[in-house]
Amino acid sequence: MRQMDGMQSVKSPPVILRVENLTRQIDGSKIIDNLSISIKKGEVWVVVGPSGAGKSSFFRLLNRLDEPQAGKIWFHGQDTAILPPQELRSRIGLVLQEANLFPGTVKGNIAFGPQQKGVTLSQEIVEQLLDQVGLTGFADRDVRNLSGGEAQRVSLARTLANSLEILLLDEPTSALDDEAKQEIEELVTSIIRKQQITCLMVTHDIQQAIRIATHAMILDKGKLVNSGMVGEVLDA
Amino acid sequence: MLNLWFQDELYLRIAQASIAGVFALLVVILVHWQSIRLEKEIVIAVLRSLVQITLVGSVLIYVLTAPTWLGVLVLAGMILSAAFTAARRTREIPGSMRATFFAIFLGSGSVIGVMTFLGVIQWEISSLLPVGSMIISGGMNSCALALDRFKGEIDSHVGHIEAGLCLGASSREVVKPYVRKSFQASLIPRINSMRALGIVWIPGIMSGMLLAGSDPIYAALYQFVVMAMLFVASSLSSLISILLVRKYVFSEAEQLILRPEGD
Repeated sequence: MRQMDGMQSVKSPPVILRVENLTRQIDGSKIIDNLSISIKKGEVWVVVGPSGAGKSSFFRLLNRLDEPQAGKIWFHGQDTAILPPQELRSRIGLVLQEANLFPGTVKGNIAFGPQQKGVTLSQEIVEQLLDQVGLTGFADRDVRNLSGGEAQRVSLARTLANSLEILLLDEPTSALDDEAKQEIEELVTSIIRKQQITCLMVTHDIQQAIRIATHAMILDKGKLVNSGMVGEVLDA
Repeated sequence: MLNLWFQDELYLRIAQASIAGVFALLVVILVHWQSIRLEKEIVIAVLRSLVQITLVGSVLIYVLTAPTWLGVLVLAGMILSAAFTAARRTREIPGSMRATFFAIFLGSGSVIGVMTFLGVIQWEISSLLPVGSMIISGGMNSCALALDRFKGEIDSHVGHIEAGLCLGASSREVVKPYVRKSFQASLIPRINSMRALGIVWIPGIMSGMLLAGSDPIYAALYQFVVMAMLFVASSLSSLISILLVRKYVFSEAEQLILRPEGD
Protein backbone atom coordinates (compact mmCIF):
# COMPACT_ATOMS: atom_id res chain seq x y z
CA MET A 1 0.00 0.00 0.00
CA ARG A 2 2.84 2.32 0.94
CA GLN A 3 4.45 1.40 -2.36
CA MET A 4 1.20 2.22 -4.20
CA ASP A 5 1.00 5.64 -2.50
CA GLY A 6 4.58 6.26 -3.49
CA MET A 7 3.87 5.39 -7.12
CA GLN A 8 0.83 7.65 -7.14
CA SER A 9 2.76 10.61 -5.80
CA VAL A 10 5.41 10.15 -8.48
CA LYS A 11 2.82 10.01 -11.27
CA SER A 12 0.58 12.81 -10.04
CA PRO A 13 1.84 16.21 -11.19
CA PRO A 14 2.46 18.77 -8.47
CA VAL A 15 0.03 21.54 -7.64
CA ILE A 16 1.31 24.65 -9.39
CA LEU A 17 -1.40 27.05 -8.31
CA ARG A 18 -3.58 26.98 -5.25
CA VAL A 19 -6.27 29.54 -4.64
CA GLU A 20 -7.62 29.79 -1.14
CA ASN A 21 -10.79 31.67 -0.14
CA LEU A 22 -10.14 34.41 -2.67
CA THR A 23 -12.48 37.39 -2.35
CA ARG A 24 -12.59 40.69 -4.16
CA GLN A 25 -15.30 43.27 -3.82
CA ILE A 26 -15.93 46.59 -5.47
CA ASP A 27 -18.20 49.13 -3.81
CA GLY A 28 -19.46 46.50 -1.40
CA SER A 29 -20.45 43.92 -4.01
CA LYS A 30 -18.41 40.74 -4.24
CA ILE A 31 -17.12 40.05 -7.73
CA ILE A 32 -15.08 37.07 -6.52
CA ASP A 33 -16.59 35.35 -3.53
CA ASN A 34 -14.55 33.01 -1.36
CA LEU A 35 -13.13 31.08 -4.32
CA SER A 36 -10.82 28.11 -3.67
CA ILE A 37 -9.28 25.77 -6.23
CA SER A 38 -6.09 23.79 -6.94
CA ILE A 39 -4.50 23.56 -10.38
CA LYS A 40 -1.91 20.91 -11.15
CA LYS A 41 1.00 21.35 -13.51
CA GLY A 42 0.10 20.67 -17.14
CA GLU A 43 -3.66 20.84 -16.66
CA VAL A 44 -5.77 22.81 -19.10
CA TRP A 45 -8.76 24.46 -17.45
CA VAL A 46 -11.63 26.31 -18.98
CA VAL A 47 -13.48 28.85 -16.91
CA VAL A 48 -17.09 29.20 -17.93
CA GLY A 49 -20.02 31.16 -16.62
CA PRO A 50 -22.45 33.91 -17.57
CA SER A 51 -21.35 37.49 -18.22
CA GLY A 52 -20.44 39.19 -14.98
CA ALA A 53 -19.67 35.85 -13.29
CA GLY A 54 -16.20 37.10 -12.34
CA LYS A 55 -14.13 35.13 -14.86
CA SER A 56 -11.96 38.03 -16.01
CA SER A 57 -11.74 39.37 -12.46
CA PHE A 58 -10.46 35.97 -11.33
CA PHE A 59 -7.70 36.07 -13.95
CA ARG A 60 -6.76 39.62 -13.01
CA LEU A 61 -6.30 38.46 -9.44
CA LEU A 62 -4.18 35.49 -10.53
CA ASN A 63 -1.95 37.84 -12.55
CA ARG A 64 -2.10 40.38 -9.72
CA LEU A 65 -3.43 43.18 -11.86
CA ASP A 66 -5.91 43.60 -9.00
CA GLU A 67 -5.62 42.99 -5.30
CA PRO A 68 -8.00 40.68 -3.38
CA GLN A 69 -9.58 41.86 -0.14
CA ALA A 70 -9.22 38.37 1.33
CA GLY A 71 -7.70 35.02 0.50
CA LYS A 72 -4.38 33.80 -0.83
CA ILE A 73 -2.90 32.55 -4.07
CA TRP A 74 -0.03 30.08 -3.82
CA PHE A 75 2.22 29.62 -6.84
CA HIS A 76 4.59 26.66 -6.45
CA GLY A 77 3.74 26.83 -2.76
CA GLN A 78 4.80 30.49 -2.53
CA ASP A 79 2.39 33.21 -1.50
CA THR A 80 2.07 35.44 -4.59
CA ALA A 81 1.53 38.48 -2.38
CA ILE A 82 5.20 38.35 -1.43
CA LEU A 83 6.53 37.57 -4.91
CA PRO A 84 7.71 40.63 -6.87
CA PRO A 85 4.74 41.44 -9.18
CA GLN A 86 6.93 41.74 -12.26
CA GLU A 87 8.40 38.28 -11.71
CA LEU A 88 4.97 36.78 -11.04
CA ARG A 89 3.49 38.30 -14.20
CA SER A 90 6.29 37.06 -16.40
CA ARG A 91 5.73 33.52 -15.05
CA ILE A 92 1.92 33.64 -15.08
CA GLY A 93 1.18 35.26 -18.44
CA LEU A 94 -2.20 36.80 -19.17
CA VAL A 95 -3.49 37.32 -22.70
CA LEU A 96 -6.31 39.87 -22.55
CA GLN A 97 -9.44 40.05 -24.72
CA GLU A 98 -8.00 42.88 -26.78
CA ALA A 99 -4.55 42.43 -28.31
CA ASN A 100 -3.40 45.95 -27.30
CA LEU A 101 -0.18 45.72 -29.28
CA PHE A 102 2.41 48.41 -28.65
CA PRO A 103 3.04 50.79 -31.57
CA GLY A 104 5.91 49.64 -33.76
CA THR A 105 6.84 46.31 -35.27
CA VAL A 106 5.74 42.78 -34.48
CA LYS A 107 9.33 42.02 -33.45
CA GLY A 108 9.30 44.91 -30.97
CA ASN A 109 6.19 43.46 -29.35
CA ILE A 110 7.61 39.95 -29.15
CA ALA A 111 10.86 41.20 -27.62
CA PHE A 112 9.12 43.42 -25.04
CA GLY A 113 8.63 40.87 -22.23
CA PRO A 114 12.15 39.37 -22.21
CA GLN A 115 13.58 42.91 -22.51
CA GLN A 116 12.08 43.73 -19.13
CA LYS A 117 14.32 41.06 -17.64
CA GLY A 118 17.34 42.32 -19.55
CA VAL A 119 17.14 39.55 -22.17
CA THR A 120 17.46 40.42 -25.84
CA LEU A 121 15.75 37.88 -28.09
CA SER A 122 17.72 36.78 -31.13
CA GLN A 123 16.13 37.10 -34.56
CA GLU A 124 15.99 33.30 -34.66
CA ILE A 125 13.94 33.02 -31.48
CA VAL A 126 11.59 35.76 -32.66
CA GLU A 127 11.09 33.84 -35.91
CA GLN A 128 10.50 30.60 -33.99
CA LEU A 129 7.84 32.25 -31.85
CA LEU A 130 6.17 33.70 -34.92
CA ASP A 131 6.31 30.31 -36.66
CA GLN A 132 4.61 28.85 -33.64
CA VAL A 133 1.65 31.20 -34.03
CA GLY A 134 1.57 30.88 -37.81
CA LEU A 135 3.01 34.30 -38.59
CA THR A 136 6.23 33.36 -40.34
CA GLY A 137 7.93 36.40 -41.87
CA PHE A 138 5.87 38.93 -39.91
CA ALA A 139 8.73 40.13 -37.67
CA ASP A 140 9.23 43.50 -39.35
CA ARG A 141 5.56 44.22 -40.04
CA ASP A 142 4.07 47.33 -38.52
CA VAL A 143 1.36 46.29 -36.07
CA ARG A 144 -1.03 48.81 -37.64
CA ASN A 145 -1.18 46.58 -40.71
CA LEU A 146 -2.34 43.44 -38.92
CA SER A 147 -5.84 41.98 -38.94
CA GLY A 148 -7.63 41.29 -35.64
CA GLY A 149 -6.70 37.61 -35.76
CA GLU A 150 -3.05 38.35 -36.58
CA ALA A 151 -2.85 40.91 -33.79
CA GLN A 152 -4.21 38.36 -31.31
CA ARG A 153 -1.62 35.83 -32.49
CA VAL A 154 1.13 38.39 -31.90
CA SER A 155 -0.33 39.01 -28.47
CA LEU A 156 -0.14 35.29 -27.76
CA ALA A 157 3.42 35.02 -29.12
CA ARG A 158 4.69 37.94 -27.01
CA THR A 159 3.22 36.32 -23.90
CA LEU A 160 4.84 32.98 -24.80
CA ALA A 161 8.17 34.79 -25.32
CA ASN A 162 8.38 35.15 -21.53
CA SER A 163 8.94 31.37 -21.08
CA LEU A 164 5.99 31.32 -18.75
CA GLU A 165 4.70 28.49 -16.60
CA ILE A 166 0.99 29.31 -16.57
CA LEU A 167 -0.91 30.80 -19.48
CA LEU A 168 -4.12 32.67 -18.72
CA LEU A 169 -6.29 33.34 -21.76
CA ASP A 170 -9.12 35.77 -21.11
CA GLU A 171 -11.41 35.13 -24.08
CA PRO A 172 -8.72 35.91 -26.64
CA THR A 173 -11.12 35.04 -29.46
CA SER A 174 -14.09 37.08 -28.30
CA ALA A 175 -13.42 39.97 -30.67
CA LEU A 176 -12.70 37.76 -33.70
CA ASP A 177 -14.85 36.33 -36.49
CA ASP A 178 -15.62 32.60 -36.54
CA GLU A 179 -12.81 31.69 -38.94
CA ALA A 180 -10.13 33.56 -36.98
CA LYS A 181 -11.62 32.19 -33.75
CA GLN A 182 -11.18 28.61 -34.92
CA GLU A 183 -7.62 29.29 -36.09
CA ILE A 184 -6.60 30.75 -32.75
CA GLU A 185 -8.29 27.91 -30.91
CA GLU A 186 -6.36 25.29 -32.90
CA LEU A 187 -3.19 27.24 -32.36
CA VAL A 188 -3.67 27.47 -28.61
CA THR A 189 -4.49 23.78 -28.38
CA SER A 190 -1.35 22.78 -30.28
CA ILE A 191 0.91 25.13 -28.30
CA ILE A 192 -0.28 24.11 -24.87
CA ARG A 193 -0.09 20.42 -25.77
CA LYS A 194 3.34 20.74 -27.34
CA GLN A 195 4.83 22.85 -24.57
CA GLN A 196 2.79 21.27 -21.77
CA ILE A 197 1.99 24.66 -20.34
CA THR A 198 -0.55 24.85 -17.57
CA CYS A 199 -3.38 26.85 -19.02
CA LEU A 200 -6.57 28.50 -17.81
CA MET A 201 -8.91 29.85 -20.42
CA VAL A 202 -12.09 31.86 -20.18
CA THR A 203 -14.64 30.93 -22.77
CA HIS A 204 -18.35 31.23 -23.43
CA ASP A 205 -18.17 28.43 -25.96
CA ILE A 206 -18.90 25.06 -24.32
CA GLN A 207 -17.92 23.08 -27.44
CA GLN A 208 -14.60 24.91 -27.51
CA ALA A 209 -14.15 24.14 -23.82
CA ILE A 210 -14.73 20.43 -24.33
CA ARG A 211 -12.32 20.32 -27.29
CA ILE A 212 -9.48 22.10 -25.55
CA ALA A 213 -9.62 21.46 -21.84
CA THR A 214 -8.88 18.67 -19.39
CA HIS A 215 -10.71 20.40 -16.55
CA ALA A 216 -13.45 22.97 -16.17
CA MET A 217 -14.77 25.31 -13.52
CA ILE A 218 -18.07 27.13 -13.55
CA LEU A 219 -18.34 30.53 -11.94
CA ASP A 220 -21.52 32.39 -11.15
CA LYS A 221 -21.77 35.71 -9.32
CA GLY A 222 -18.14 35.32 -8.26
CA LYS A 223 -18.69 31.92 -6.67
CA LEU A 224 -17.21 28.63 -7.81
CA VAL A 225 -20.30 26.59 -8.66
CA ASN A 226 -18.65 23.42 -9.91
CA SER A 227 -15.20 22.18 -10.90
CA GLY A 228 -13.52 18.98 -12.02
CA MET A 229 -12.84 16.98 -15.18
CA VAL A 230 -14.20 18.79 -18.19
CA GLY A 231 -16.59 16.04 -19.30
CA GLU A 232 -18.11 15.67 -15.85
CA VAL A 233 -18.53 19.37 -15.18
CA LEU A 234 -19.84 20.49 -18.55
CA ASP A 235 -22.08 17.49 -19.13
CA ALA A 236 -23.66 17.94 -15.73
CA MET B 1 -14.35 105.97 -28.02
CA LEU B 2 -15.03 105.19 -24.38
CA ASN B 3 -12.93 108.26 -23.47
CA LEU B 4 -15.60 110.45 -25.03
CA TRP B 5 -18.36 108.96 -22.89
CA PHE B 6 -16.53 108.66 -19.57
CA GLN B 7 -14.42 111.55 -18.33
CA ASP B 8 -14.03 110.15 -14.85
CA GLU B 9 -11.22 107.54 -14.82
CA LEU B 10 -13.00 105.20 -12.40
CA TYR B 11 -16.05 104.99 -14.65
CA LEU B 12 -13.84 104.64 -17.70
CA ARG B 13 -12.02 101.65 -16.20
CA ILE B 14 -15.28 100.05 -15.08
CA ALA B 15 -16.62 100.48 -18.62
CA GLN B 16 -13.48 98.89 -20.06
CA ALA B 17 -13.75 95.95 -17.66
CA SER B 18 -17.45 95.58 -18.51
CA ILE B 19 -16.73 95.41 -22.22
CA ALA B 20 -14.04 92.78 -21.62
CA GLY B 21 -16.58 90.93 -19.47
CA VAL B 22 -19.16 91.05 -22.28
CA PHE B 23 -16.62 89.48 -24.64
CA ALA B 24 -16.01 86.73 -22.09
CA LEU B 25 -19.78 86.26 -21.88
CA LEU B 26 -19.89 85.78 -25.64
CA VAL B 27 -17.40 82.94 -25.21
CA VAL B 28 -19.66 81.42 -22.54
CA ILE B 29 -22.60 81.55 -24.99
CA LEU B 30 -20.41 80.00 -27.71
CA VAL B 31 -19.29 77.25 -25.35
CA HIS B 32 -22.88 76.58 -24.28
CA TRP B 33 -24.03 76.44 -27.92
CA GLN B 34 -21.37 73.83 -28.70
CA SER B 35 -22.19 71.84 -25.51
CA ILE B 36 -18.56 72.07 -24.37
CA ARG B 37 -19.62 72.17 -20.70
CA LEU B 38 -17.18 74.79 -19.54
CA GLU B 39 -19.63 77.63 -18.87
CA LYS B 40 -19.52 77.50 -15.08
CA GLU B 41 -15.75 77.27 -14.99
CA ILE B 42 -15.31 80.22 -17.36
CA VAL B 43 -17.75 82.43 -15.43
CA ILE B 44 -16.08 81.59 -12.11
CA ALA B 45 -12.58 82.13 -13.56
CA VAL B 46 -13.53 85.53 -15.05
CA LEU B 47 -15.23 86.76 -11.87
CA ARG B 48 -12.44 85.41 -9.66
CA SER B 49 -9.74 87.06 -11.73
CA LEU B 50 -11.59 90.40 -11.59
CA VAL B 51 -12.11 90.28 -7.83
CA GLN B 52 -8.62 88.98 -7.11
CA ILE B 53 -6.73 91.46 -9.26
CA THR B 54 -8.82 94.38 -7.95
CA LEU B 55 -8.12 93.37 -4.35
CA VAL B 56 -4.42 92.85 -5.05
CA GLY B 57 -4.25 96.12 -6.98
CA SER B 58 -5.66 98.01 -4.03
CA VAL B 59 -3.03 96.69 -1.62
CA LEU B 60 -0.11 96.21 -4.03
CA ILE B 61 1.23 99.71 -3.56
CA TYR B 62 1.60 99.01 0.18
CA VAL B 63 3.03 95.52 -0.39
CA LEU B 64 5.65 96.81 -2.83
CA THR B 65 7.02 99.10 -0.16
CA ALA B 66 7.01 96.42 2.57
CA PRO B 67 10.15 94.60 3.81
CA THR B 68 11.53 91.91 1.45
CA TRP B 69 10.84 88.99 3.84
CA LEU B 70 7.17 89.72 3.48
CA GLY B 71 7.61 89.14 -0.26
CA VAL B 72 9.03 85.70 0.46
CA LEU B 73 5.96 84.88 2.57
CA VAL B 74 3.65 86.11 -0.18
CA LEU B 75 5.50 83.96 -2.74
CA ALA B 76 5.17 80.92 -0.44
CA GLY B 77 1.41 81.57 -0.28
CA MET B 78 1.35 81.88 -4.05
CA ILE B 79 3.06 78.50 -4.46
CA LEU B 80 0.42 76.89 -2.26
CA SER B 81 -2.40 78.52 -4.16
CA ALA B 82 -0.79 77.64 -7.52
CA ALA B 83 -0.48 74.00 -6.43
CA PHE B 84 -4.16 73.92 -5.51
CA THR B 85 -5.19 75.51 -8.82
CA ALA B 86 -3.00 73.18 -10.91
CA ALA B 87 -4.33 70.10 -9.12
CA ARG B 88 -8.01 71.06 -9.48
CA ARG B 89 -8.43 69.58 -12.92
CA THR B 90 -6.86 66.28 -12.01
CA ARG B 91 -8.48 65.59 -8.65
CA GLU B 92 -9.06 61.98 -9.70
CA ILE B 93 -5.31 61.41 -9.65
CA PRO B 94 -4.35 60.30 -6.16
CA GLY B 95 -1.89 62.72 -4.54
CA SER B 96 -2.14 65.30 -7.33
CA MET B 97 -2.15 68.23 -4.87
CA ARG B 98 0.98 66.90 -3.18
CA ALA B 99 2.63 66.44 -6.59
CA THR B 100 1.81 69.94 -7.84
CA PHE B 101 2.96 71.51 -4.57
CA PHE B 102 6.35 69.81 -4.64
CA ALA B 103 6.67 70.37 -8.39
CA ILE B 104 6.02 74.12 -8.22
CA PHE B 105 7.99 74.49 -4.99
CA LEU B 106 11.01 72.72 -6.45
CA GLY B 107 10.65 73.89 -10.07
CA SER B 108 9.66 77.53 -9.69
CA GLY B 109 10.99 77.96 -6.15
CA SER B 110 14.48 76.79 -7.09
CA VAL B 111 14.65 79.17 -10.07
CA ILE B 112 13.50 82.10 -7.92
CA GLY B 113 15.98 81.14 -5.16
CA VAL B 114 18.99 80.65 -7.42
CA MET B 115 18.31 83.73 -9.52
CA THR B 116 17.81 85.89 -6.44
CA PHE B 117 20.99 84.51 -4.89
CA LEU B 118 22.89 85.31 -8.11
CA GLY B 119 21.38 88.79 -8.23
CA VAL B 120 19.48 88.26 -11.48
CA ILE B 121 16.32 88.98 -9.50
CA GLN B 122 16.97 91.85 -7.14
CA TRP B 123 16.52 91.24 -3.43
CA GLU B 124 13.80 93.84 -3.26
CA ILE B 125 10.14 93.16 -2.89
CA SER B 126 9.35 95.35 -5.91
CA SER B 127 11.42 93.01 -8.10
CA LEU B 128 11.01 89.69 -6.25
CA LEU B 129 7.23 89.74 -6.13
CA PRO B 130 6.30 90.49 -9.77
CA VAL B 131 9.04 88.33 -11.32
CA GLY B 132 8.56 85.56 -8.74
CA SER B 133 4.80 85.49 -9.30
CA MET B 134 5.35 85.18 -13.05
CA ILE B 135 7.67 82.22 -12.53
CA ILE B 136 5.23 80.54 -10.14
CA SER B 137 2.38 81.10 -12.56
CA GLY B 138 4.46 79.57 -15.38
CA GLY B 139 5.12 76.50 -13.23
CA MET B 140 1.44 76.24 -12.34
CA ASN B 141 0.28 76.33 -15.95
CA SER B 142 2.81 73.75 -17.08
CA CYS B 143 1.89 71.43 -14.21
CA ALA B 144 -1.81 71.74 -15.01
CA LEU B 145 -1.23 71.04 -18.71
CA ALA B 146 1.12 68.15 -17.99
CA LEU B 147 -1.18 66.43 -15.50
CA ASP B 148 -4.29 66.96 -17.59
CA ARG B 149 -2.56 65.39 -20.59
CA PHE B 150 -1.07 62.60 -18.47
CA LYS B 151 -4.48 61.69 -17.12
CA GLY B 152 -5.92 61.74 -20.63
CA GLU B 153 -3.14 59.49 -21.92
CA ILE B 154 -3.64 57.01 -19.08
CA ASP B 155 -7.42 57.00 -19.57
CA SER B 156 -7.10 56.20 -23.25
CA HIS B 157 -4.30 53.65 -22.91
CA VAL B 158 -5.44 51.47 -20.01
CA GLY B 159 -5.32 48.43 -22.30
CA HIS B 160 -1.75 49.05 -23.40
CA ILE B 161 -0.61 49.81 -19.88
CA GLU B 162 -2.11 46.63 -18.48
CA ALA B 163 -0.82 44.59 -21.43
CA GLY B 164 2.67 45.85 -20.58
CA LEU B 165 2.23 45.03 -16.89
CA CYS B 166 1.00 41.54 -17.83
CA LEU B 167 4.28 41.00 -19.68
CA GLY B 168 6.29 41.77 -16.55
CA ALA B 169 7.09 45.41 -17.26
CA SER B 170 7.43 47.92 -14.46
CA SER B 171 4.89 50.72 -14.11
CA ARG B 172 7.68 53.16 -14.92
CA GLU B 173 8.34 51.40 -18.22
CA VAL B 174 4.70 51.13 -19.32
CA VAL B 175 3.96 54.82 -18.84
CA LYS B 176 7.20 56.06 -20.38
CA PRO B 177 5.57 57.11 -23.71
CA TYR B 178 2.80 58.96 -21.87
CA VAL B 179 5.25 60.76 -19.58
CA ARG B 180 7.11 61.94 -22.69
CA LYS B 181 3.94 63.09 -24.48
CA SER B 182 2.62 64.91 -21.43
CA PHE B 183 5.91 66.71 -20.86
CA GLN B 184 6.10 67.74 -24.51
CA ALA B 185 2.50 68.97 -24.52
CA SER B 186 3.00 71.01 -21.36
CA LEU B 187 5.92 72.89 -22.89
CA ILE B 188 4.30 73.78 -26.21
CA PRO B 189 2.94 77.17 -25.00
CA ARG B 190 6.28 78.05 -23.42
CA ILE B 191 8.29 77.08 -26.50
CA ASN B 192 5.84 78.96 -28.73
CA SER B 193 6.23 82.04 -26.53
CA MET B 194 9.99 81.93 -26.91
CA ARG B 195 9.73 81.41 -30.65
CA ALA B 196 7.32 84.31 -31.04
CA LEU B 197 9.15 86.63 -28.65
CA GLY B 198 9.44 90.07 -30.20
CA ILE B 199 7.63 88.99 -33.37
CA VAL B 200 4.14 87.97 -32.30
CA TRP B 201 4.21 89.60 -28.87
CA ILE B 202 6.18 92.16 -26.92
CA PRO B 203 5.95 91.25 -23.24
CA GLY B 204 4.90 93.60 -20.49
CA ILE B 205 8.21 93.76 -18.63
CA MET B 206 10.07 94.95 -21.70
CA SER B 207 7.38 97.49 -22.58
CA GLY B 208 7.39 98.75 -18.98
CA MET B 209 11.17 99.10 -18.92
CA LEU B 210 11.15 100.98 -22.23
CA LEU B 211 8.42 103.34 -21.02
CA ALA B 212 10.44 103.90 -17.85
CA GLY B 213 13.36 105.03 -20.02
CA SER B 214 15.60 101.92 -20.08
CA ASP B 215 17.98 101.22 -22.89
CA PRO B 216 16.14 98.98 -25.42
CA ILE B 217 19.01 96.46 -25.48
CA TYR B 218 19.05 96.17 -21.67
CA ALA B 219 15.26 95.83 -21.66
CA ALA B 220 15.44 93.14 -24.35
CA LEU B 221 18.16 91.21 -22.53
CA TYR B 222 16.26 91.29 -19.24
CA GLN B 223 13.14 90.16 -21.04
CA PHE B 224 15.09 87.21 -22.39
CA VAL B 225 16.31 86.43 -18.86
CA VAL B 226 12.71 86.41 -17.62
CA MET B 227 11.62 84.18 -20.50
CA ALA B 228 14.47 81.77 -19.86
CA MET B 229 13.61 81.63 -16.14
CA LEU B 230 9.99 80.96 -17.03
CA PHE B 231 11.03 78.21 -19.40
CA VAL B 232 13.27 76.51 -16.84
CA ALA B 233 10.70 76.81 -14.03
CA SER B 234 7.91 75.52 -16.26
CA SER B 235 9.97 72.59 -17.51
CA LEU B 236 11.12 71.57 -14.04
CA SER B 237 7.66 71.93 -12.49
CA SER B 238 6.02 69.99 -15.28
CA LEU B 239 8.54 67.18 -15.23
CA ILE B 240 8.54 66.85 -11.43
CA SER B 241 4.74 66.79 -11.33
CA ILE B 242 4.49 64.00 -13.92
CA LEU B 243 7.25 61.95 -12.31
CA LEU B 244 5.55 62.19 -8.91
CA VAL B 245 2.09 61.45 -10.26
CA ARG B 246 3.47 58.55 -12.27
CA LYS B 247 4.23 56.93 -8.96
CA TYR B 248 0.86 57.75 -7.42
CA VAL B 249 -1.27 56.22 -10.21
CA PHE B 250 0.09 52.75 -9.43
CA SER B 251 -0.14 50.75 -6.24
CA GLU B 252 2.91 49.27 -4.56
CA ALA B 253 2.14 46.00 -6.36
CA GLU B 254 2.36 47.85 -9.70
CA GLN B 255 -1.41 47.85 -10.27
CA LEU B 256 -3.02 50.71 -12.15
CA ILE B 257 -5.14 52.61 -9.63
CA LEU B 258 -6.29 55.42 -11.90
CA ARG B 259 -8.99 54.09 -14.17
CA PRO B 260 -11.36 55.99 -16.44
CA GLU B 261 -14.79 56.80 -15.02
CA GLY B 262 -17.28 54.03 -15.65
CA ASP B 263 -14.58 51.41 -16.23
